Amino acid sequence: MDLTPIWLTLKLAAITTLILLALGLPLAYRLSKKRSFFKIVIEAIITMPLVLPPSVLGFYLLLAFSPQRGLGKWLSEVFNVQFVFSFQGLVLASVIYSMPFMISPVKSAFQQLPLSLSQASYTLGKSQWQTLRYVLLPNIKPSLLTAAVLTFAHTLGEFGVVLMIGGNIPGVTRVASIAVYDSVEQQDYPSANYYSLILFAITFVMVMGVFIYNKYQVKTPLA
Amino acid sequence: MITVNIQKKLKAYNGVQLLHLQKAFVPGSITRITGPSGAGKTTFLKMIAGLIKPDSGIIKAYEVWFDADKKINLPPQQRKTGFVFQDYALFPNMTVKQHLEYATDDAAWIERLLAIGGLDTFTAHKPEYLSGGQQQRLAILRALAIKPRLLLMDEPFSALDIKMKGGLLTDLQKLFKELQATVIIVSHNPQELDGIADDELVIGSEV
Repeated sequence: MDLTPIWLTLKLAAITTLILLALGLPLAYRLSKKRSFFKIVIEAIITMPLVLPPSVLGFYLLLAFSPQRGLGKWLSEVFNVQFVFSFQGLVLASVIYSMPFMISPVKSAFQQLPLSLSQASYTLGKSQWQTLRYVLLPNIKPSLLTAAVLTFAHTLGEFGVVLMIGGNIPGVTRVASIAVYDSVEQQDYPSANYYSLILFAITFVMVMGVFIYNKYQVKTPLA
Repeated sequence: MITVNIQKKLKAYNGVQLLHLQKAFVPGSITRITGPSGAGKTTFLKMIAGLIKPDSGIIKAYEVWFDADKKINLPPQQRKTGFVFQDYALFPNMTVKQHLEYATDDAAWIERLLAIGGLDTFTAHKPEYLSGGQQQRLAILRALAIKPRLLLMDEPFSALDIKMKGGLLTDLQKLFKELQATVIIVSHNPQELDGIADDELVIGSEV
């Protein structure tokens, strides 16, 4: 049995999660502070992939990055990067598609911390960055883990967006969810079952892991 | 001299209320602030610390910290007031000792503060495993750790029993002298600072 789609899926999910951690943390932190109209617009845009059919998102990404026109043409001429039917295209689409799963838990975790925590840190002479690093982030660790796992798991399950922008190129864009669909279309049920079972097992173990971590975190009076 | 002359609109349950405060604090003195709930006592302390911006006026503490007309507004990091928050604002991820180490590198000073606060046997405990009184003492010690010239305390003794408070206050007074700190304390309890406070400011009408 060909394991490539599974590896490709795991690679895509890992890269997406890492990018979203780097991108999402500062963004969630910014959004957790005072609201402005501009921030509401940004939040709405970030949340859109939650409610939009994935095929719609995929369709627009396909149009935007088509090498025949506009942005896609410019990217391919100047940087020689192509986002359509390529692995980097999948990464880009996944980052956009999974962004709400990273941003919204982290943002609400920041918001639930009492304002006085950062204020106390500021009066001690600490900068915003030091406060974020030593006070805020350590106190939202469980939410951070949940967000990362959800992002990872959500990327594993991506289908519509991936199909639209990546297609079904073996070894390049043919991730596990596509492999399942493709196998079923060819009436190769054993293969479909094989990929499905692996996806099911991975996601189940991950979600269970988070639940266990958050529920039974060992607590001791001494650090 | 530390002089404050500021205005701030406060949103209260019965509409907007204008807080206008004017007061001079003698360096090295202890001032008690009283007034009914919601009168703006905490807001006043936070405006001095730079955590809330007044609408207009001037705050001068050795240098100009805030001047609405000249658009001067030093951030809290530069004012470095010692601040004891009413909700303590302890960091859940840090042990007692880490709280003080986060504020200062001076190990000898940390040891001394721990002894004064009676927390020297709890250095490795996180806030959730401290009693209410211990948490409050830690909040006071953390504010003192930066050796502030101006110390702002919001109901700092509310969780302490009388015996503990007596001993702690005597020690704190010595520290204040040593640091030549000017201290402003918000307190509900009228007798709490008798014989200790040099001055008083009443915020809001007491009806």
